Order: sequence, then C-alpha cells, then structure tokens
Amino acid sequence: MAALKDIKRKITAVQKTRQITRAMNMVAASKFKAAQTRMENFRPYAVKFMEVLNSLALRVDAEAHPLLAVREPKRIRILCMTSDRGLCGGFNNNLIKATERFIREKQGQGLEVSLIPIGRKGRDFFRKKATLINARADIFGKFDMNLAVQISGDLIPPFVAEEYDELYLLYNEFINVAVHRPTVVRLFPLPSIGRKEELDPGKRLDYIYEPSADALLAKLLPMYVHILIFRALVETSAGENGARMAAMDNATRNCEDMIQSLTLKYNKVRQSAITAELMDIVGGTEALAKG
Amino acid sequence: MADELTLEIVTPEQMAFRGVVEEVTIPGTEGEFGVLKGHAPLLSSVDIGELSFIRNHEKTRYAVHTGYAEVSSSKVTVLVESAERSDMIDLERAKRARQRAEERLRLPKADVDIERARLALMRAITRMNVATKG
Repeated sequence: MAALKDIKRKITAVQKTRQITRAMNMVAASKFKAAQTRMENFRPYAVKFMEVLNSLALRVDAEAHPLLAVREPKRIRILCMTSDRGLCGGFNNNLIKATERFIREKQGQGLEVSLIPIGRKGRDFFRKKATLINARADIFGKFDMNLAVQISGDLIPPFVAEEYDELYLLYNEFINVAVHRPTVVRLFPLPSIGRKEELDPGKRLDYIYEPSADALLAKLLPMYVHILIFRALVETSAGENGARMAAMDNATRNCEDMIQSLTLKYNKVRQSAITAELMDIVGGTEALAKG
Repeated sequence: MADELTLEIVTPEQMAFRGVVEEVTIPGTEGEFGVLKGHAPLLSSVDIGELSFIRNHEKTRYAVHTGYAEVSSSKVTVLVESAERSDMIDLERAKRARQRAEERLRLPKADVDIERARLALMRAITRMNVATKG
C-alpha cells in the first residue's frame, strides 16, 4: 500500500509545519505586544519634545542651523529601514519595491543616490544593486535609544560637512496590526519646525534660556533626529511582528485545510483498498467453492 | 504662587518618574541648579550628570544624559534620553564601560570616534558616582 503510506507521511509533515507556524505566530504575538508597549511609552516623550522644540523655534532664527540648511540637491542619501528576518508576508518586499521606485525617480532627476540600509533584508537585497554606506543589520533583536543615536552619528556629520545634500528615510509606517504603509520622510534638511503652528498665547511662557536660545536649539535638533529615527525603528519592529503574526496565522490555517483534505483522501484510499481486498477474498472463496 | 512642585522625568522607554516633590537639583549644561516651587520659567539643556530630588525628606538620585529641563512655577519636566535611578544602575556594566572607554582614549585609532568614547566615559563615571553614593 505505497500510496497510503505516502499520504500518511505527507499528513505528518504538514502537521509538523503547522506546529512550527503556530509557535512562530505566538512568538510574534508576544514580541508585537512588547513593541506596541514601547510605541505607547515613546509617544509622550515625542509629544513633549515637539512642544518645546516648536515653541523654541518660534524665537530663534531657525534657518541658521546647519541641519536646516537647504542646498541645491546633487547628492542624496536614502535610509531604507527593513526588518532583519523574513517570513512576515509582504512587509519587506513592499518597502523594498517602494525604495527601488524612489531611487529610480531620484536618479531620473539626475541625482547621485547612495543607500543606507538598516535591517538585514534591505541590505541583502540592495547589496549588489546600489551604492551602500553605513549598512546596519541584525539590530532589531534588542535595541534602544542608543541605536538611534548611533545611526544619527553616521548621518549628521556628513550632512553638516556638505558631503550630501538631502536625506530621505523610507520605512513602514505602523497603522495597525494588519496595515503598514511604506512612507517617505525627509530627514535633512529638517522640515521647518514651528513655523505654521499657532501657539496658544496663554501657554506661551517667557522662558529664561540656559544657555542661549540658539545654543539650546543646536542641542535639541540632533535629539529631534534621534526621535525621528527611533520612532521609525519602533514602528518597524512593531509592524514586522504584526505582519509575521498575520502571515503565520494564515499559514497555520492553510496547514489545517491541507490536513483536512489529505485526511479525506487518506480515508478514501484506505476504504477502496479494503474494498479491493474484500473483493479478492470473496472472489477467492467463490472460486474455491466452485472448484 | 504654586502650592506644590510636580516633577516628571520622561525617557523614550517610559515615564521614569512622576510625582510631587519638595526640591529638584538638575545638572544643567551651564551648571547644576536647584528648583523649588514658584521658580521662574526656565528652559535649560541637560548633558550628563546626576539629577536628584527630595520627596518626604528623602533624597533620590538619577543618572541622566542628553535632554532638557523645562521649569515652570508648579512643574518641572525633565526630558532625557536615559534616566536610571541609583539602585537600578548596573555597577559592573558601568565599570566595564568605563574601562572600554578609557582604553579607546588611551590608544586612539583612526576608526575610533574620540568624542563618542569621551561621552561614554563620562556617562560611565556618572553612573558609578550615582550608584555608589546610594
């Protein structure tokens, strides 16, 4: 009964796969929860910071700072943030496609483009296709604000030194567990801050600035860059695990469907085998009785 | 005049502290300063140092770095990239970090960022000081 054995083996294999996808789903769920908590904890920090930065920007000539300097773009850099691991549906693919499109568009305008891949998937994909600098991979396992500070350390000095003129950040914006959207954010020159916002005069306090307002702004702007990058990191890690949860849930369900149809097939084959055997026996007995 | 002074220490990972205090000492860039209730509005940057506050006559210390302090008459908001309470500091880790940073500064190589090593050293020393003073 070769066919019967084959089907049995296949069922066992799919059952094992289901076990794995189920486990991965649960791991992703717990990681997702942790990432979500991080995102929630980070929000008040970012909101408070923006309040202060905006009110400060109203008082100083913000154009003066080198991170806000607008130059005719010739050389640009693109920071592409993907996850380190796969098996999370179209999460990385969508972003990589968006990045490719963006690069083509910018190259079409005659700009020199270099790519800064953050996350292993993006780095591996672009390794032979683009000029890579400051690549970082295998970072999402455990990261904190320090990582954002280090990444900014790669970005800020060359911009100030005018080695490149614009920097764009591409990452998957986290909307909810199932939805994340590839997003482009211009990091440098930093979009003008606090310009259009009308500040409530009652809330506006006349602060004593220590050191001067200009010096304070110079201290806060790099922190703003850290915040933007950290937010992208946290959202990527939440989105990755959310996407993996969904993908693995799907895979588990597909396994179940397959097991069901295979079991049905198995039973049918088994039944027909028994019937055939019975026929043999009956046929044999009849032949004997006749003989 | 405000009746009490609320202190908030906010970091990217969490709200490190929030509560009513009697007095706060903040390591501003231009020097350490103390804040009592009814202070004039002030915005100061914070580099690396020890932040402490007195609550119910007890002093609590934190090692903080990189951020700012926003002071109004009834509230102090300290927003920093990291804040660790004295009893939460991993002394061994700080010691290792100090050693590493000192080595980097002693034998400067082309690929070593001296500024970064110097900051790491200062952070490590601050952590150790805050942790050992208790």
